[in-house]
Amino acid sequence: MRDVAIIGVGDTRFGELWDMSLRDLGIKAGLAAVYDANLSGDEIDALYLGNMSAGKFTEQEHIGALIADYSGLTRDHIPATRVEAAGASGGLAFRQGVMAIASGMQDIVVVGGAEKMTDVGDVLSTEIQAMAADQQWETSFGATFPALHAMIARRHMHEYGTTRDQIASVAVKNHKHGALNPKAQFQREIKLESVLRSPPVAEPLGMFDCAPVSDGGAAVVLCAMDKARKYTDTPIKVLASAQASDTLSLANRASPCRFDATTVAARRAFEIAKLEPKDVNLAEVHDSYTISEILAIEDLGFFPKGKGGEATADGQTTLGAKLAINTSGGLKARGDPIGATGVAQVVELVHQLRGEADKRQVTGAEIGLAQNVGGTGATVVVQILGRVN
Amino acid sequence: MAVARFWRENASRYNLIGTKCGVCERVYFPPRSVCPTCHRASIGKMEPFKLKGEGEVLTFSIVHEAPSQMEMQKPYVIAIVEMDEGVRITGQIIDAELDDVAIGMKVRTTLRKVSDEGDAGVIHYGYKFMPL
Ligand SMILES: [Zn+2]
Repeated sequence: MRDVAIIGVGDTRFGELWDMSLRDLGIKAGLAAVYDANLSGDEIDALYLGNMSAGKFTEQEHIGALIADYSGLTRDHIPATRVEAAGASGGLAFRQGVMAIASGMQDIVVVGGAEKMTDVGDVLSTEIQAMAADQQWETSFGATFPALHAMIARRHMHEYGTTRDQIASVAVKNHKHGALNPKAQFQREIKLESVLRSPPVAEPLGMFDCAPVSDGGAAVVLCAMDKARKYTDTPIKVLASAQASDTLSLANRASPCRFDATTVAARRAFEIAKLEPKDVNLAEVHDSYTISEILAIEDLGFFPKGKGGEATADGQTTLGAKLAINTSGGLKARGDPIGATGVAQVVELVHQLRGEADKRQVTGAEIGLAQNVGGTGATVVVQILGRVN
Repeated sequence: MAVARFWRENASRYNLIGTKCGVCERVYFPPRSVCPTCHRASIGKMEPFKLKGEGEVLTFSIVHEAPSQMEMQKPYVIAIVEMDEGVRITGQIIDAELDDVAIGMKVRTTLRKVSDEGDAGVIHYGYKFMPL
C-alpha cells in the first residue's frame, strides 16, 4: 500500500447560508482545495463526495456527477462517486479517496462533503436527520434523534455519576473554541447557565446540547505521498483511516453508554499508525450532542470510561491543555452540515498540523485524529493525520 | 407513509414476535433471519418467539420536540426497556406521571395508537409500555 498525503484543503463558512445552493457549497469548497493544492485541474483522477440526504433536503439526487459537472471536471469524464453513511458520509468519502490512492488505482483525488439543510423547515430537517436511526424500530415509535442521545446521556449519568453540568460543559468549551474560528456558525462564547436553561428538546438534553442545522461544504485534495512534494512543501500524511459498524438501533447494543464502533475503529487506526492515544495532540470528534463528545473521548481511549465528563469540566480538553478536543468549535459551534462534517474535521486538522490555525493554534501539533459518526454510532470512521518532518 | 410498510411488521408490532436461534438459543427482537453469533449455521433455524411483554426501564427521555405525526402526544416518554427475555425494545411509556418514570421501573407492553398521519391519514398501532 502506498502512503497518502493531503496536499490541499478548502471549506465554506458554515451556517444558514440563504444565498448558497448545494452545488454552490460543493463547488466553492472544492475549488478552494484545488487552488490550495496548486493544481491546474487536469491532474485530478477522481471525485468522492460525502452527502447524507440531498434528495430529502433539496430534491436533488445524483450529486456526485452534478458537483463534478459544475466543478468543470466533465471534459475528462473522471469518475465521481457519492458516499452515504448519515453523519459519517464525509469521513467515509475521505476513506474512499485514501483507499483509491493507497491501492495505486488513482494518484490525485478530490474528496468533498456538502449538505444544504436550511431549504426545509426545522421540523422536517430534524426528521430527515432521524433517518440515520432505525425507522422501523426506533423513529416510528417516537424516538427522535435527540431523544436517542438523551437516553445515552441519562444512562451515562446513572452508571458513571456523570453530572448535567459536566455534560453542558462540552457546549461551553466548544463555543469557546468556535469563537476563535472565523468560519464557525457560532462565534460567541456561552455560559454554563445558558446551556442548562436552554429549552428542553429531549430531557435531559436542551437546545444548547444539540448541534445546529447548517449549510456548508468542505474539501481536501489527496495525493500519493511520493508525488506530493511536486505540489506542496507541507504535505500532511494520512497515518491511518479505519472504519467500523454496529447495530443500527441503540437498543440492540451491548451498552448504550459506549459506541463500540468507535473503540474498534480507533484500535485499528492506532495499530496502523503505530501510535497510542497519548501521542495525539488534538482531535476533532463528532459532538452532534454534548453527550456524544463525552462518549467519543472515552471510547477513543483518551480518558477512562465514565471520566469524560469530569475531564471536560476540568478543562482537560480545552485549547491549551495537553489534548485539545474540537478546536474548530466542533459540530456544536462550527456547525454540522451533515455530509460536510467528516471532511471539515480533516480540514481543521490540516490547518492545525500546518501551523496555520491562527488564534486557535495548538502549539507544536504533530498528530491529529478525527472521529466521524453516523447515526447513534452504527458507523464510525477514525482518521489519524501527522506532520511530515 | 404507505400502509403496506406497517402491515408487513404487524405480527411483531402487535404481538411482540421476535426470533430465537435454534442453534445457540439466543432471543432477538425485532426478528432476524440470521443469528449474529452463529451466522450460516443458523439459517433456516431461526424460529418465531413470542415475548411475554414484561421488563424494566434501562433508560428514558422526555420528548418535548416531537415528529409531526406525534405532535399531539408531547411531552411524552420514550424508553429503552430490557425485557425479561434479555432483549431490549424502544417504545413509549404511558399511563405514568412524568416525574414517576425512573430507571429500573417495571413495565409491561400494551397495544396502543402509536402515531397519526393527520385528518385523512392512517393511524398506526403498536406496542407501548405502562407501569406494571
Ligand atoms: Zn445463534
